[in-house]
Amino acid sequence: MTRTLIDLDRVGMTYQAASGPVEALAGISLDVGAGEFVSLVGPSGCGKSTLLRIIAGLRPATQGTVTVAGRKVDRPIDDIGMVFQQPILLKWRSILDNVLLPAELAGKDAGRLKSRAHTLLDMAGLAGFGDRLPRELSGGMQQRASLCRALLLDPPLLLMDEPFGALDAMTRDDMALELLRIWGERDLGQEARKTVLFVTHSIAEAVFLSDRVVVMSPRPGRVAADLRIDLPRPRTVEMRASEAFGRLSLDIFRSLTGRSAGTTT
Amino acid sequence: MTKLNALSRQYAPTIVLFLVLLAAWQAAASFSGIREYLLPSPISVWNALWAGEISWSQHLWVTTWEIIGAFLMAAGVGVALGVAIAWSPLLANALVPFLVFVNTLPKVAVAPLFLIWMGYGIFPNMLMGALIGFFPVVINTAVGLSQVEADMLDLGRVFNAPKWKIFVKIRIPNALPYILSALKITATAAVVGAIVGEFVASQRGLGYVIVTTQSSMNTSVAFAALIWISIVGLVLYGAVVLLAHLWAPWAEGVD
Repeated sequence: MTRTLIDLDRVGMTYQAASGPVEALAGISLDVGAGEFVSLVGPSGCGKSTLLRIIAGLRPATQGTVTVAGRKVDRPIDDIGMVFQQPILLKWRSILDNVLLPAELAGKDAGRLKSRAHTLLDMAGLAGFGDRLPRELSGGMQQRASLCRALLLDPPLLLMDEPFGALDAMTRDDMALELLRIWGERDLGQEARKTVLFVTHSIAEAVFLSDRVVVMSPRPGRVAADLRIDLPRPRTVEMRASEAFGRLSLDIFRSLTGRSAGTTT
Repeated sequence: MTKLNALSRQYAPTIVLFLVLLAAWQAAASFSGIREYLLPSPISVWNALWAGEISWSQHLWVTTWEIIGAFLMAAGVGVALGVAIAWSPLLANALVPFLVFVNTLPKVAVAPLFLIWMGYGIFPNMLMGALIGFFPVVINTAVGLSQVEADMLDLGRVFNAPKWKIFVKIRIPNALPYILSALKITATAAVVGAIVGEFVASQRGLGYVIVTTQSSMNTSVAFAALIWISIVGLVLYGAVVLLAHLWAPWAEGVD
């Protein structure tokens, strides 16, 4: 059994809207082990992105407690890498300087991290693009640069909020493979790998990437199902066509829609 | 060669239109019997531009200084106020209604007051230009500093970056194109302000020259003064465009 990195205990979130209080999340209890790749899937508006921000300490939960690496989260935690749906690179900075931004923001010596930034760019297939401006890169390349930025300070935890949601389907599948490669599923043991919490709309993406898929219900978001993905690693493109992949996808689909086996509409 | 072709295709229509209008003007002045003091011919305006009766260099110098001073004051004060508004909600609440009120004043109407308070001189005319031109800089600075993606600000919070660092590394560069586009408006406003100031209270400058031609009916000199003013205005505007090209090339269209 691996050590627990994230521990959510009956986390709830209610915010005040103009029309009155809105309950976005209710009673979420969830453990994520160190080195685990966990996806959160759920319908739009179920609060999965909010949950990610609560774990990062960017928004306070209104009920329950969040513990990351043994510390109660009550303010933004460092030691995490965040990747958003948009690359949000600074337009005026070169790709290399964008990747180095976390060092500057965190008050670390960016000069000393330059070689690491170059290594990350090489690994992400962006060798030679370090001195380009973001607008000179395609959407997929920009998103890879933002992944490099998230990895710069070598955080043990990676929070990804629909990182491939704005990309076209083919680029998206490529990016999933790239992510697994960079994550090190081939070379690293589970304990040495980063813990990843990955928010997505795509069932196939969740199955392909994850060790576990947590299915959330419509608002207020609750944990509707927690499924282990027992496909072997490293994952291959061929697995997408396997019977196991199809069965797992169907299970997730059923949890999402609340339909039991055999029912049709 | 192709670049030259593209350039000529872009500017040829303008040049042709300009020449046609110039020719029509000359023809109207020469053949229609309109009196010289109503509409001087282009040739007499051209002569007035270089004529010795007005010491152009002195007036040009005064007006240029006023315009540059007005521009720099408007830019400095405008950016400072914009930063103050974006920095603190308290300052924003205090300043914005006041600034909106100042902006709704017909600023030209304040010029006689400047005469009472400060008398004749270059400075009140600079101030008039700055007063007319500072408002867009305030607004664009404040907007540019605030238009940063929420995710980018979250990124700053994750790394516990102090507020000033977010300003220096993210907000200010982000505001630069906004500020530069406001400065293009300020460049023309500074010209207006300086000339208006000279109309009301001055013994030197191109605006003063124009006022004196009213009594002498020397219309060609007024036209010549207009040409000098527009040259100064164009050079300043061009300088801002150049600055934008140098400081924020990433904000321009992909070339």
